[in-house]
Amino acid sequence: MRQQNLIVIGNGMVGHHFLEQLAESGQADGFHVTVLGEERHIAYDRVHLSEYFQGKSADDLAFSTADQYAQWGVELRLNTAATAIDREARTLTLDNGETLPYDKLVLATGSYPFVPPIEGNDREDCLVYRTLDDLDAIREAASRSNTGVVVGGGLLGLEAANALRELDLDTAVVEFAPRLMPVQVDEEGGGILREKIEELGVQVLTGRATQRIEAGTNARHQMVFQDDRLLETDLVVFSAGIRPRDELARDAGLTMGERGGVVIDDHCRTSDPDVLAIGEVALWNDSIFGLVGPGYQMAKAALDTLTGGDRAFTGADMSTKLKLMGVDVGAIGDAHGNQNPGARFYRYTNGIAQEYRKLVVSADGKQLLGAMLVGDNSYYDTLLQYALNGLELPDNPESLILPASEGGAPALGVDALPETAGICSCHNVTKGDIVQYVHDGYTSVGDVKAATKAGTGCGGCAGQLKEIVDHEMAALGMEVDNSVCEHFQYTRQELEHIIRVEGIHDFHTLLKNHGHGLGCDICKPAVASILASTWNDYVLNPEHVGLQDTNDTFLANMQKDGTFSVVPRVAGGEITPDKLITLGEVAKEFGLYTKITGGQRVDLFGAKLNDLPSIWQRLVDAGFETGHAYGKALRTVKSCVGSTWCRYGVQDSVQLAIDLEHRYKGIRAPHKIKFGVSGCTRECAEAQSKDFGVIATENGWNLYVAGNGGMRPRHADLFAQDLDTDSLIRFVDRLMMLYIRTADRLQRTARWLENLEGGLDYVYDVVVNDSLGIAEDLDNQMARLIENYQCEWKTTLEDPDKLKRFRQMINDDGDDPYVVSVEEREQPRPATAEEKLERIPAVSV
Amino acid sequence: MTQQNEWTPVGSRADLVPGAGIGARFGDRQVAIFYVPELEQPLFAVDNYCPISGVNIIARGIVGDVEEEPVVATPLYKKHFSLLDGRCLEDDSHRLRTYAVRLEGDQLQLAPREQGQGAAA
Repeated sequence: MRQQNLIVIGNGMVGHHFLEQLAESGQADGFHVTVLGEERHIAYDRVHLSEYFQGKSADDLAFSTADQYAQWGVELRLNTAATAIDREARTLTLDNGETLPYDKLVLATGSYPFVPPIEGNDREDCLVYRTLDDLDAIREAASRSNTGVVVGGGLLGLEAANALRELDLDTAVVEFAPRLMPVQVDEEGGGILREKIEELGVQVLTGRATQRIEAGTNARHQMVFQDDRLLETDLVVFSAGIRPRDELARDAGLTMGERGGVVIDDHCRTSDPDVLAIGEVALWNDSIFGLVGPGYQMAKAALDTLTGGDRAFTGADMSTKLKLMGVDVGAIGDAHGNQNPGARFYRYTNGIAQEYRKLVVSADGKQLLGAMLVGDNSYYDTLLQYALNGLELPDNPESLILPASEGGAPALGVDALPETAGICSCHNVTKGDIVQYVHDGYTSVGDVKAATKAGTGCGGCAGQLKEIVDHEMAALGMEVDNSVCEHFQYTRQELEHIIRVEGIHDFHTLLKNHGHGLGCDICKPAVASILASTWNDYVLNPEHVGLQDTNDTFLANMQKDGTFSVVPRVAGGEITPDKLITLGEVAKEFGLYTKITGGQRVDLFGAKLNDLPSIWQRLVDAGFETGHAYGKALRTVKSCVGSTWCRYGVQDSVQLAIDLEHRYKGIRAPHKIKFGVSGCTRECAEAQSKDFGVIATENGWNLYVAGNGGMRPRHADLFAQDLDTDSLIRFVDRLMMLYIRTADRLQRTARWLENLEGGLDYVYDVVVNDSLGIAEDLDNQMARLIENYQCEWKTTLEDPDKLKRFRQMINDDGDDPYVVSVEEREQPRPATAEEKLERIPAVSV
Repeated sequence: MTQQNEWTPVGSRADLVPGAGIGARFGDRQVAIFYVPELEQPLFAVDNYCPISGVNIIARGIVGDVEEEPVVATPLYKKHFSLLDGRCLEDDSHRLRTYAVRLEGDQLQLAPREQGQGAAA
């Protein structure tokens, strides 16, 4: 069978989705596919475009690679635009003059940012916000600017404003309508939104029509408004809406909408059945759909049109849930209530917490027609399900938007949802789909995500997805039991809360009041860690000693032969010659194997239990402190030599590393914590692979969080840029405490952040904006931990009673005769089993 | 056989660590002695030699219970041994010998026990 020539014009999110669906449909063999991309980048995630300014690269945002396209058999032509469609000859002309024959065309040209036709809109540094190249241009212009203005206060306008703010410009938003986000919110909601945005330092000017842009006095430009008022600015970004990229279709004589857009039917066919259109260029039922979810649905419908499937596009829910500059905004269905005559309203306003919620219900009060949220989107999922599934409202619908303290209803449980309830609108996944996958053996959120793609579009449904997976697993008897162990019916997070709020200082009290039995090797160390993280008492106190893992008990790391390794603290990896000599002498005297660790310190292996106190006496006398290598605690702060020695260094990374290590040493956490501090962007300390990474900049420090090496390496996320040292430390204090409070046991920061609902944005909000109102509490707890620091070895050596347990046998001072070492590469190592048999023939066990 | 004569003093009450274990030499063997004050019968003694790792470290394990049976978790490989009969809960090919243990005044004493006898020392 001859392959049909299929050309996809446009390599944006929707065009890419179409190709991906085609590749997965198993019907790609029927087509020779060519895709044209006008940009130089392969399709990327435009929804998360702003993350480009937060450290993500074009590759991070890319959906695919040229290799992947090649594997799919798709011919990818970037930097290539189509200039004309000849529908009679069925050929497409490209901007390089080339002509391609086609059997089927898919228009996925998307849209372009609308630039209002005002005088001076083409001046230098008057830019738009749509593509990666646009962002590069904005970044470059911002480096030469102090002030920036965004024209347009809608969703994209506010995103652009946030970008300018993060580029350190004094930022203003100018909106023609009397309020921000006029499509999503009403006047009252807009007012609250405005307050919140202004609090972030962004100037908001509404009801302003820009007349012209001309040369400024103090800045590059000045904007002149309708009342002749002026606003000076160095940089202008237009974000005043989008317009379909429909010129090809128009020139080809396809049927167009009055205000643009190429008209399609339910099968995404234009007036020429061989030309299909999907995404923001397509006009269905007189509407353009400017969201990715409907675009993806069109892509699927178009694919079925070409391959004989039966999916059609029959409209899409345009409900949206956003977080803009940390401010929640949600709009569901008929949010304004102007499409349903007779609709009734409920409103809730909280001027202190700056929250606004509105319900639009049917005249009989039984159906939810729409809803609007500003300030808190936690109500969104439940409301959306009522609206989408036509669920009958409770007798007092207002309970759905009231805070729980004022009689608010609990969120709608996932079990109340019908199987047909749409969960992921981007990928059109229903509750029934998710349930089916769980039944088929996909028993983790990650598995279901990978299989269904649910939650991988805009990510808005992640919370509900997890709830459904957990709920189904529970229903199938695959209990998602998050209890720590059989002795406590609580998660680690709940136990932490109980201990802190009830002021519990010992395991026995906790077990008596909240658990049962004796405890075990799971809950005891977990509780010991929480107690230490909360009160920082000496871990070998009588009430704590039995809780500790062996390593904590003996303040050393037990190795496979039962001997211990000893790691004194070498803060920042900086060590004097005298101290190095001491380490060497101690190793020689006690016959220890020495190795340099990855954390820039020295590990002394093969110490016998009986020798630990003597070894540490020598080390403490020489000025060493314990290194907590045995604890789930701060390990090391790795550093490069920084500006002191290195010609590239821009800050004193060693000093900061030493300060950080001394600040956080001894603090116990759900798992070990590693830091790195690099003195410049060359990153020699590999800070981005650490739980907390700091990289010096010309202006201060960039802070990265939740990096990891190990089994599943993870690059740390950029948390904040150009911090002064005080802010850096304040943020790390809070981040660490938040991690300590909310992580699971033995969960490193990387997995913690990945599993935390709301992710990095949420953490940023809590730490920087104090969205939970706990910042002071976190600061105080950290201060208490730091204040209560002690070198555990120093304390132990001062207490003969504690030293008693550092004996292999209570009635024999000798070493354990079963511990045997042999020499290799001029150092001792544990004997193998065979070597042991030769050396201790009397083993009788 | 009169157990009474076989009791061997190995230490004193002050050597015990509440909620944890200590090691003692008992003839040519090493024994781990655990003191769990929450229990009516608070003393347990088993081999200190861990057959899984081949090292004398049982005394360093964390004590607790699995469905109310007192156990010690081996510190290297986190397997559980019953303090009552010494069996490994995860792998019945491994077993620790148990010993009779008591406090006679302040003196801590050990005695051998016929295996399979259970906990009632």
